[in-house]
Amino acid sequence: MTSYTEYATGEPVADRKAPEGPVADRWDTRRFQAKLVNPANRRKHTVIVVGTGLAGGSAGATLAEQGYHVVQFCYQDSPRRAHSIAAQGGINAAKNYRNDGDSVHRLFYDTVKGGDFRARESNVHRLAQISVEIIDQCVAQGVPFAREYGGLLDTRSFGGVQVSRTFYARGQTGQQLLLGAYQALSRQIAAGNVEMHPRTEMLDLIVVAGRARGIVARDLVTGRIDTYFADAVVLASGGYGNVFYLSTNAMNSNATAIWRAHRRGAYFANPCFTQIHPTCIPRTGDHQSKLTLMSESLRNDGRIWVPKEKGDDRPPHKIPEAERDYYLERIYPSFGNLVPRDIASRAAKNVCDEGRGVGPGGQGVYLDFADAIARMGRKAVEDKYGNLFDMYERITAENPYEVPMRIYPAVHYTMGGLWVDYDLQTTVPGLFAVGEANFSDHGANRLGASALMQGLADGYFVLPSTINDYLARNPHHDEITADHPAVQEALAETEDQLNLLLSVDGDRTPDSFHRELGELMWELCGMARTESGLRKALDRIPQIREEFWRRIKVPGTGEEFNQSLEKANRIVDYLELAELMCLDALHRAESCGGHFREESQTPDGEAERRDEEFSYAAAWEFTGTGAAPVLHKEDLVFEYVHPTQRSYA
Amino acid sequence: MKLTLRVWRQRDADADGGMSTYDVDGISPDMSFLEMLDTLNEELILKGDDPVAFDHDCREGICGACSLVINGEAHGPERTTSCQLHMRSFRDGDTIDVEPWRAAAFPVVRDLVVDRSAFDRIIQSGGYVTAPTGAAPEAHATPVPKPDADFAFEHAECIGCGACVAACPNGSAMLFTSAKVNHLNVLPQGAPERETRVLDMVATMDDEGFGGCTLAGECATACPKGIPLFSITKMNREYVRAARKGRR
Repeated sequence: MTSYTEYATGEPVADRKAPEGPVADRWDTRRFQAKLVNPANRRKHTVIVVGTGLAGGSAGATLAEQGYHVVQFCYQDSPRRAHSIAAQGGINAAKNYRNDGDSVHRLFYDTVKGGDFRARESNVHRLAQISVEIIDQCVAQGVPFAREYGGLLDTRSFGGVQVSRTFYARGQTGQQLLLGAYQALSRQIAAGNVEMHPRTEMLDLIVVAGRARGIVARDLVTGRIDTYFADAVVLASGGYGNVFYLSTNAMNSNATAIWRAHRRGAYFANPCFTQIHPTCIPRTGDHQSKLTLMSESLRNDGRIWVPKEKGDDRPPHKIPEAERDYYLERIYPSFGNLVPRDIASRAAKNVCDEGRGVGPGGQGVYLDFADAIARMGRKAVEDKYGNLFDMYERITAENPYEVPMRIYPAVHYTMGGLWVDYDLQTTVPGLFAVGEANFSDHGANRLGASALMQGLADGYFVLPSTINDYLARNPHHDEITADHPAVQEALAETEDQLNLLLSVDGDRTPDSFHRELGELMWELCGMARTESGLRKALDRIPQIREEFWRRIKVPGTGEEFNQSLEKANRIVDYLELAELMCLDALHRAESCGGHFREESQTPDGEAERRDEEFSYAAAWEFTGTGAAPVLHKEDLVFEYVHPTQRSYA
Repeated sequence: MKLTLRVWRQRDADADGGMSTYDVDGISPDMSFLEMLDTLNEELILKGDDPVAFDHDCREGICGACSLVINGEAHGPERTTSCQLHMRSFRDGDTIDVEPWRAAAFPVVRDLVVDRSAFDRIIQSGGYVTAPTGAAPEAHATPVPKPDADFAFEHAECIGCGACVAACPNGSAMLFTSAKVNHLNVLPQGAPERETRVLDMVATMDDEGFGGCTLAGECATACPKGIPLFSITKMNREYVRAARKGRR
């Protein structure tokens, strides 16, 4: 196999759905322009939704409420277990309940700036507008947000902003919002409006006459592979952080749905924009199967530090105040410990690279609550962060009320994803992508508490208003049947690949390949990237892929519950996606947000953007496994938030 | 650490199952219980055996997927989920029994994996507030007293893992059901459906084959999220109140 480092540049790609005019009016205008489907006709339309997280759960429930027939899938045993459930900190909304100068425009501004000017203004503004409705919707569902003694909602601050706009439910905000969406979905399942397929995994997209018309999916209990048909397909299958093997994603979160849609024609945008979260629990050894996040909200009250001296291995309480370096407070005095995630992560890497890291292997920094406990009292700290402290203690056997936490950055979120227009439609007509699965709103770096906001905005409000337009303009009166050649082809390819995986009978387990790929990606396409490193990765990945197909060992058969087969089949996609991520990172010879190229930094080591060359979203077109993809650029125009070097000093 | 595992193996729902014994070596006390099972599975695959199937996903104690009975206790000796149990809770040389949830309403799918869809059907029968998207009033229109909000939150913490059912001598789902009933019934948003919710959810729970409650209290002891036992008595009061009102 050969590696690719060259690529062709094709026609530019542009969003043609966002209307002209003032950014604040575009969403209203678009909703008015969008064609509607008569309520009586909606039940004749079937919409497939893949995934039941915040975006998929809310989309499925809302589309069903509107009268569409929804067929929904998740690989988990219940829609309630989608990985949105693990989001801890909170959800942003421009309610300005604190009267602290917040507004829709400020949330819009913060998000575009936080994303390092690599997001589309019209989408981000819409997100900020909708944020206020999301809180209303969730409260109406009975989501138990934290409240003040007067009975009104409490908020807190998150990284990258100077207002308090984050609504939360202790450290379990994602859980509570997801259960709200799950309960709304459950109501629609009971009403017969949603046909739910748990433990069923999408393995291919069916495209007929250029339009998305269904999916191929495998029942994970029986192994049965079936085809499902629809008038539109919505992917809400989350991000691809598990390419790195170790991440804060759930073990089974995977890229298969979006990658196979990419293979069928959907452009994949900005794959190198991955977020490394600064506050995760450091790994303890080679057995590590995943990493656990500690909510960013901890940075509200915890202070991050390392010893001033290299190799200072005294226990933390033996290091006097004067010999500690509170490096975020020192370098970024106005944002302090609340700088955006990409900046906090890189700063942690830098101090560890200098040899000032703490804990085993020097891969950690302290997150210290001693001052907060002295100021607020232990009880107040416990009320605010109790469950996070408990979780930390359970994993590390250290008591964070007494000893500072040790944290280290870990892969957490992927800003890249399927390219979508303002309507959230991909380049395959009839195929939509919502939530983390798309690339739209966070640019090169997502701000804390914005993933929940985007997932629910897409699912509750955006998609249900835009999908009408597609369905009204494309009434599919032609029935698709299983004997259609496009269906047969997709089915055969899926079956062939599973059979091939089972037949190799080599000498390496799926996990061993996943781990090898992950280590390579973390080293060469992680927190800091270089041209030589990326070229090395692009050389190495095809070799791993070749070895995979020679040496993989998958026990059992395809006609049974077979978790090894599921894993191996997902790794096939990681081995292709990883290559695209490295190529994208190589081609983007600038630093921006989570993408840091060592060749492109300011004299004081901050990310240096190169707007003249790279002020675009890179949308890649698939041309074959191991073949160079074609780059389509979407030029980004900034009319309202003018690109500047981000400053949090 | 070196351990002996006795693990329940069962090919599918219809097959007979039994305990199989495996030795594992080189286990670190910092490993989670599931990472220890990963180690076993890697060895089994290379030996050409079928790895042990078990449900797991987030591995941080919140998704509710993991579901192991360890040495006869749901989620093992610590009050946490199986994924957050670490090997430091065991001693070198221990023999550990690993079994699936045992309950009539949770049939075994394979090995340690069970079918908990009955829980979904309980929620579908009333564990929600009817609030279609778009119809919501301004969030601050209805203040909720902090004690009520905190009470709702405590019950909303349930992760739906099913440890309560697995621990109960009767295989009852009262703690699971009451957690959702109490979460929603205490809130003003949940008030309009207060009676139908509890009546319908309890009826579904019975129909799904869960056992009756004798207040043994094992459920609350096993619950990794600390849903309190009084949740059940509170739901019983809700039930009686609703039945008296005669609303359906």
